[in-house]
Amino acid sequence: MFKIVSKEKLNDIVTRMYIEAPLIAKKGKAGQFIIFRIDEHGERVPLTIADTRPEDGTVGIIFQTAGKATRLLSEMNEGDEILDFVGPLGKPSELDGYKKACVIGGGVGTAIAYPSAKALKANGAEVDVIVGFRNKDIVILEDDFRACSDNLYVTTDDGSYGYHGFVTDKLRELLEGGKEYDLVIAIGPVPMMKFVCDLTKEHNIKTLVSLNPIMVDGTGMCGGCRVMVGGELKFACVDGPEFDGHEVDFDDLMMRNRTYSKFEKEEDHKCNLGLKQKAQA
Amino acid sequence: MAKANMRPDKVEMPAQDPKVRARNFDEVTYGYTEEMAVEEASRCLQCKHRPCVEGCPVNVQIPEFIHLITEGDFEGAYQKILETNVLPAVCGRVCPQETQCESRCVRGIKHEPVGIGRLERFVADYHRAHSNPVAAKVESNGHKVAVIGSGPSGLSCAGDLSKLGYEVVIFESLQTGGGVLSYGIPEFRLPKSIVKEEIKQLELDGVKLETNMVVGRILSIDELLHDYGFEAVYVASGAGLPKFLGIAGENGVGVYSANEYLTRTNLMKAYDDNYDTPIRKSKNVAVIGGGNVAMDAARTALRLGAENVYIVYRRSFAEMPARQEEVHHAQEEGIQFLNLNNPVEINLDEHGEVVGMTLIRMELGEPDSSGRRRPEPIPGSQHDIEVDTVIVSLGTDPNPLIKATTPGLDVTNWGGIIVNDEGKTSRDAVYAGGDAVTGAATVISAMGAGKVAAASIDRYIMSKEAEAEAEAN
Ligand SMILES: Cc1cc2nc3c(=O)[nH]c(=O)nc-3n(C[C@H](O)[C@H](O)[C@H](O)COP(=O)(O)OP(=O)(O)OC[C@H]3O[C@@H](n4cnc5c(N)ncnc54)[C@H](O)[C@@H]3O)c2cc1C
Ligand SMILES: Cc1cc2nc3c(=O)[nH]c(=O)nc-3n(C[C@H](O)[C@H](O)[C@H](O)COP(=O)(O)OP(=O)(O)OC[C@H]3O[C@@H](n4cnc5c(N)ncnc54)[C@H](O)[C@@H]3O)c2cc1C
Ligand code: SF4
Ligand code: SF4
Ligand code: FES
Repeated sequence: MFKIVSKEKLNDIVTRMYIEAPLIAKKGKAGQFIIFRIDEHGERVPLTIADTRPEDGTVGIIFQTAGKATRLLSEMNEGDEILDFVGPLGKPSELDGYKKACVIGGGVGTAIAYPSAKALKANGAEVDVIVGFRNKDIVILEDDFRACSDNLYVTTDDGSYGYHGFVTDKLRELLEGGKEYDLVIAIGPVPMMKFVCDLTKEHNIKTLVSLNPIMVDGTGMCGGCRVMVGGELKFACVDGPEFDGHEVDFDDLMMRNRTYSKFEKEEDHKCNLGLKQKAQA
Repeated sequence: MAKANMRPDKVEMPAQDPKVRARNFDEVTYGYTEEMAVEEASRCLQCKHRPCVEGCPVNVQIPEFIHLITEGDFEGAYQKILETNVLPAVCGRVCPQETQCESRCVRGIKHEPVGIGRLERFVADYHRAHSNPVAAKVESNGHKVAVIGSGPSGLSCAGDLSKLGYEVVIFESLQTGGGVLSYGIPEFRLPKSIVKEEIKQLELDGVKLETNMVVGRILSIDELLHDYGFEAVYVASGAGLPKFLGIAGENGVGVYSANEYLTRTNLMKAYDDNYDTPIRKSKNVAVIGGGNVAMDAARTALRLGAENVYIVYRRSFAEMPARQEEVHHAQEEGIQFLNLNNPVEINLDEHGEVVGMTLIRMELGEPDSSGRRRPEPIPGSQHDIEVDTVIVSLGTDPNPLIKATTPGLDVTNWGGIIVNDEGKTSRDAVYAGGDAVTGAATVISAMGAGKVAAASIDRYIMSKEAEAEAEAN
């Protein structure tokens, strides 16, 4: 069993928790993820490792209420225990040797991008961060990002906070204004990543994206997480989840992620991680 | 000895009616009653040269255990099997007996062989029903061995080592032990309660099972050896990496690997409303492949409510690798076989949903290197079938994670770990066996490899100890 040692609501639908898992806290690196299962009847759900605290043996996760499993988890409290918590899974990000990076997050994808920004900063890179949200009420992790970036740009779709527009608009503005980056990391809804990649391709900037296809085991056994990268079949859980964004077939990914939309054993589908929200550009 | 019963055929094993069982996940066959078992056992001739024993990869003492059944000593028969096979309830159900023990049975030359598998199953079930699990009493020898993977190979290696006094820890990446026995082979062929009890018995004997531990990620083999005090490691990580066809439409919505389909159903119990696991509600399902796994996937789809389930296989029944009994059961249940057909493309609608599959008819040409006749497409014979779900069951390769995280571990060009006769890899203190070495094979051969490795590991550690003692003196 794995104990929840702290819980904090970041907004109405996004929760941060620290889970006691000493070995994962010691081993987990930016870019890797865990799979949790609340109880015997629950689904296996992947979440990015948002933070590790080897000193007190805990692992941070930040998740949006998307369906039943994430809702049940968000309703649990400090001191409660979950049945399974396995990781670190996937390959760590390769962030060495970059000098000027731009980390872009959309929606809850900002949480997934946060450890990469932190790691780049720790490696001595200059880090700009662009994080986008639908509106002011759901902005998360602003202070955390400020602490690990040289410039932080918050965008909202409706202009209720920060820059009015999409993250891609801000990125275009920066690039056209003469900013140069040797790495862009884009994590968020698939359409957002796709449009960031289109833009960085024009500017010839290496771009990493983190993919979140449907997963079951997370160890390369089920093939459910297969994605097309550079025309080849890859398993995101073992070959990724980070890939060269210019090689990823995003249309294929969007198609595959629709697999269970009709078949979820779940009554309410209100909030959907924003993964299926309209294209951001 | 009493004269053998010369009835030509096996005592039939009662089974659920095919129409009924095709819609439930309960076990297909019920097993023998005591009377049936004694009658079937009496068909054994107690051959002095024991050909059947040679057909068994772990050398179960077949005539001996069968003789004990004829005497009504079912528990004794169980203990006899247990001497060489730690999972009799499993093997009695899933071994391909027709190519192993029973293929050598003298009674099988003219008539049906003795139902060795059925008898093995009977005594194991009898034992479970009539005894409470007790811990085997073994004194610790103070040595620690790590086993990676809790499939049949890992379990049998762990079982043997713990009997010798080793402290054994099994590291398993999934939430439940058992490997393919838990996530692959369906409930209706191998009830999961049996796998659970077999594992419980091992735990009772002192084997530790650490689930949720993906070796290579959380701990490497080198860390196990150098930082955690394990003196040897047995790699039994199986062959779990599914192959795909590479045809158009394969990433469509409604295309599964057999592993995913079976894992969702067996491990994650998608058929049980008490579980949250989603699975597609299918009407027409095509399963590509002709092995045991394909049969299991097809019969699972039927039980999940599909109306039509097709097996698409490019050769004919004669070449089909699946066990006869499984093909027979599948046919009884109404699975439709589209043999001599090969998929060309999976057809998707504008939302990416599977709506059909284009097949091409095949004919058998000259035998290929495997000795099987090579299927060749018949030009112009393309035709479509209407399906909403496709399950790809073309076999699996070993998972590359262990290789990628263990420097100096040699593997073949297809990823199988290379071992010598003793199960030793290119790395000192690292042994391997089961599907991780051979590629997808059988439960009992994986167990056999586990036994071989357990004996080698024991020799290795004991000789090291002897050396250390010699140096100390
Ligand atoms: C490697 C990886 C890392 C992830 N990290 C995070 C994270 O840090 N924080 C976070 O909030 N989420 C993350 N996710 C996404 C998260 O795993 C899913 O949202 C998960 O399905 C939620 O489970 P649930 O049972 O609550 O919802 P479900 O009931 O499973 O799903 C609710 C709805 O979302 C759809 N859906 C399910 N899975 C996916 C998917 N992978 N992509 C698109 N749609 C999907 C379903 O069709 C359904 O309509 C990650 C996913 C992956 C693969
Ligand atoms: C659907 C299906 C039906 C079958 N039917 C039959 C049958 O009727 N009769 C028969 O004889 N055989 C059958 N087989 C084949 C048989 O199940 C296998 O040959 C056998 O299970 C192999 O045993 P194993 O111990 O080598 O590997 P597995 O059973 O595959 O077990 C390997 C275990 O290792 C774990 N693992 C992998 N990597 C790691 C890691 N890095 N760290 C920790 N753990 C890890 C896996 O999660 C798994 O639990 C069938 C196979 C399938 C898939
Ligand atoms: S273990 Fe398998 S092969 Fe050996 S005797 Fe039993 S059923 Fe036959
Ligand atoms: S070969 Fe057949 S008849 Fe002879 S001992 Fe074995 S099981 Fe009995
Ligand atoms: S999640 Fe099953 S192979 Fe990646």
